[in-house]
Amino acid sequence: MNDVTQLQDQLRLVPLEHYVFLCIVLFCIGLTGVLLRRNLINVFLSIELMLNSINLLAVAFSVYYNDPNAQAFVFFIMVVAAAEVAVGLAMLVMIYRNVQTVDINALNNLKW
Amino acid sequence: MTAILFYLLSAICIISSILMIFHKNAMYSVLFLLICFFSVAGLYVMLNAQFLAIVHIIVYAGAIMVLFLYVIMFLNMSTPITIRKSKLVMGIAVFTGSSLCFVLVTALWATNFGQNPAIVNQDIGLASTLGKVLFNEFLIPFEVSSVLFLSSMVGIVIFNKKEQKDE
Repeated sequence: MNDVTQLQDQLRLVPLEHYVFLCIVLFCIGLTGVLLRRNLINVFLSIELMLNSINLLAVAFSVYYNDPNAQAFVFFIMVVAAAEVAVGLAMLVMIYRNVQTVDINALNNLKW
Repeated sequence: MTAILFYLLSAICIISSILMIFHKNAMYSVLFLLICFFSVAGLYVMLNAQFLAIVHIIVYAGAIMVLFLYVIMFLNMSTPITIRKSKLVMGIAVFTGSSLCFVLVTALWATNFGQNPAIVNQDIGLASTLGKVLFNEFLIPFEVSSVLFLSSMVGIVIFNKKEQKDE
């Protein structure tokens, strides 16, 4: 019982809005990273950061609204992120073998 | 105390992610993102989601980041990419991100998310609760995700096999 009251106090000290604002800031940092960097590896890292901010938001809402389904969704987001990173890095290695660079501006054949 | 811990972890997370997107060397970017992931795992523990915190560390810090480090070492990009984007494009990128952040924060500033929970379910983040949810309501997505992993594995093998055939 003591743990329950402790958790309630903890949740009252940090309102849900602060988690939302933290996740917004993290998502926008990830978006800036995608737009800013030319290195494909950095672009992938920024996408991982955006996925993480979404996960954190889902977990915060799940705890504040007493719903375990959101945490199952977070589990599936992690699964999809792992598969996406594995395929993306395999493509990156293939691109590097073909054009000897991971600069996204070198891959502009389909640009116009 | 817990509020101070929350703000400390958030500050670590934001600062390391900003350093991550602005660092020239990809290796340092991966290590900064690792710091960010560990602080996010600390936030999960503070939210009483222990199972997801452990899974987060195992999957992200243990598998994905090792994969990134392995690829960076495999590509042997010791020299950072010297050609930078023009200042104009960098400024536009930073402006876009910060303006999206501004729009979202101002849109959600006055939103009422409801009162904090009166009754907190202590067991919501434990492995037993999540296991029951995962194997009852999410059984079909769970099985489909195994197919997803299998197909991604096959795809990776095909990528590398094709490459060898070309050479």
